[in-house]
Amino acid sequence: MNEGIAFEVQLEQRQRNPFRRVWGVFRRWPVIPMVVLSIMAIFAIFAPWISPNDPIDQSLRHQYVPPVWATEQRAAWQPSRARPPEEIGLTQYILGTDNLGRDILSRIIYGARISLMVAVVSLSSGILVGSALGLIGGWYGGIVDELVARLVDIWYALPFLLVALVVVIVLGQTLVVMMFVLALTAWSPFVRNVRAEVLSLKERDYVALARVAGASPFYIMYKHILPGVINTIVVIATLNVGGLILAEATLTFLGAGLPSNIPAWGLMVGEGQLELRIAWWVSFWPGLAIFLTVMSLNFTGDWLRDRLDPRLRQV
Amino acid sequence: MSSFLIRRLAFVLVSLIGATAIVFALSRMAGDPILLYAKPYGYGDTEKYLNELRAHLGLDQPLVVQYAKWVWHLMQGDLGLTLLSRRPVIDVINEKIWNTFQLAFTGWLFATILGVPLGVLSAVKRGTFWDYIGRGFALFGQALPAFWVGVMLVLIFAVTWSILPAAFKAPTDDQYGFHPEYFILPTITIGWGAAAGYLRITRSAMLEVLDSEFVKLARAKGASTSSVIWKHAFKNALIPPLTVSALLLAGLMNGAVVAEVVFAWPGLGRIALVEAVNNNDFPLLTGAIFIFVIIYLVMNFVADMLYAWADPRIRYS
Repeated sequence: MNEGIAFEVQLEQRQRNPFRRVWGVFRRWPVIPMVVLSIMAIFAIFAPWISPNDPIDQSLRHQYVPPVWATEQRAAWQPSRARPPEEIGLTQYILGTDNLGRDILSRIIYGARISLMVAVVSLSSGILVGSALGLIGGWYGGIVDELVARLVDIWYALPFLLVALVVVIVLGQTLVVMMFVLALTAWSPFVRNVRAEVLSLKERDYVALARVAGASPFYIMYKHILPGVINTIVVIATLNVGGLILAEATLTFLGAGLPSNIPAWGLMVGEGQLELRIAWWVSFWPGLAIFLTVMSLNFTGDWLRDRLDPRLRQV
Repeated sequence: MSSFLIRRLAFVLVSLIGATAIVFALSRMAGDPILLYAKPYGYGDTEKYLNELRAHLGLDQPLVVQYAKWVWHLMQGDLGLTLLSRRPVIDVINEKIWNTFQLAFTGWLFATILGVPLGVLSAVKRGTFWDYIGRGFALFGQALPAFWVGVMLVLIFAVTWSILPAAFKAPTDDQYGFHPEYFILPTITIGWGAAAGYLRITRSAMLEVLDSEFVKLARAKGASTSSVIWKHAFKNALIPPLTVSALLLAGLMNGAVVAEVVFAWPGLGRIALVEAVNNNDFPLLTGAIFIFVIIYLVMNFVADMLYAWADPRIRYS
């Protein structure tokens, strides 16, 4: 009895301890990833209002300005041609500038817009096509199912980067083509998981009842099956969106994605790679932005999966 | 077992037909292929000449016939000529693919040596410091863009500290010597993400096996911890990573293109990329895609065989 009371007192004390309570919130909710993602979303939505400079405005007087906190003199061995006029950071350019004197922070803020847009559009088209194929394959079974499954298998066999390259070369380097290319990869994970879910759902009594009542297959799929697979779709979507952003960044880094006047993160890393000796910051910051975004998305995806659909854990 | 083998082989064949059809369609997507050979409004560009060229190249026949011919040539190892240098595509591939393979293989080795033991450790010491190390390693590996890892490795080890080479496979005057230092940075670049995948798979397989009845029985009978972990659990937990390993090697073959670009590695992916972007070299690009598809399908078949060999339940289901 006493022990029980003592335990309760201890528990209460624990809950009162502010540090423990904060730690509890951090353990329970993905706080830091949510903060990062909110910042990125704000960047993307309000880019024109919050970016300190124009992302494509060039200033040859301000080539390779280091981040604002840099105060040290540059090494003497550097060729004078490459040495920037400013050797100390300027408050105007918080994260520094690139080879054309463009503000890196502003480019990252506008880059969030590109990444977000590409991810959202390609993911939603992937969800639509993949879930539809999964629903149809799982519901009808037989030859239809076999065809869908083979299509997914063959799709996995294609080397994505090179195929994307072909599509980009043929259709041209534009934002729309980029979204299309990524949608081509986004649909396949949905097919397998939705199909597996439909296979178990279609044996349920309420589906049989709907059939007996004379509902058409499309009505049943839309009204009775789809709500049951929504959780799976949401979880797979959040687990995959990070990969999509990585794929977009990789393609643009390889020079096969977006035209070079668009401030995309992958492109910026690629531009900075050529001038690593002179200016590390040009490729460091955009890469960090990609990493933080993808990491936060993966964390949120894991958290959502544990909440909504723990069975997918083994995936 | 033999019926399983036949089914899998049939699958490989079907996939091959589907994939070659897609590659063929891609190679014709650029519009009229004749325009790749003869620029419009160029010298001597008359309708009569174009028609002769078309007939010469067999482009006046129906698409199905063209596809059949294309497959027939493929079976003889003829992938056509590159557009600009007019060399056989198969020669270019043969020249470059071994460099890609070397890189993919060291990346694969790195991922296996690091990912599998860390996964086991992470599962056995679940919830401890080691588990956090392992899971952190995996989380970073899956979120870090490989090309950025490569660039940052160059920045740290080649630019700042100058202890490792920043690019190229080996000095050109000494191409037959063995230079392990050239492999270190590219290997980490492509291997980290792969090791992260390995780690997650090994960890979840190991956790599942450690929770199973026969491991509990072994424990109840008084087997020592190390015997339970290595003799009972590890052997069974090895099946998923083993099957993934074959697919991973195939994945790294075409994933190596990122490291090839960052480190100017003379591999197949890079040459296809550079040539394709600069010269629209479609035959080379589709040839490279075809080779990667073949590698993937072969490795997929190997993975199935490994799976069936390691887990008898698959063979008889």
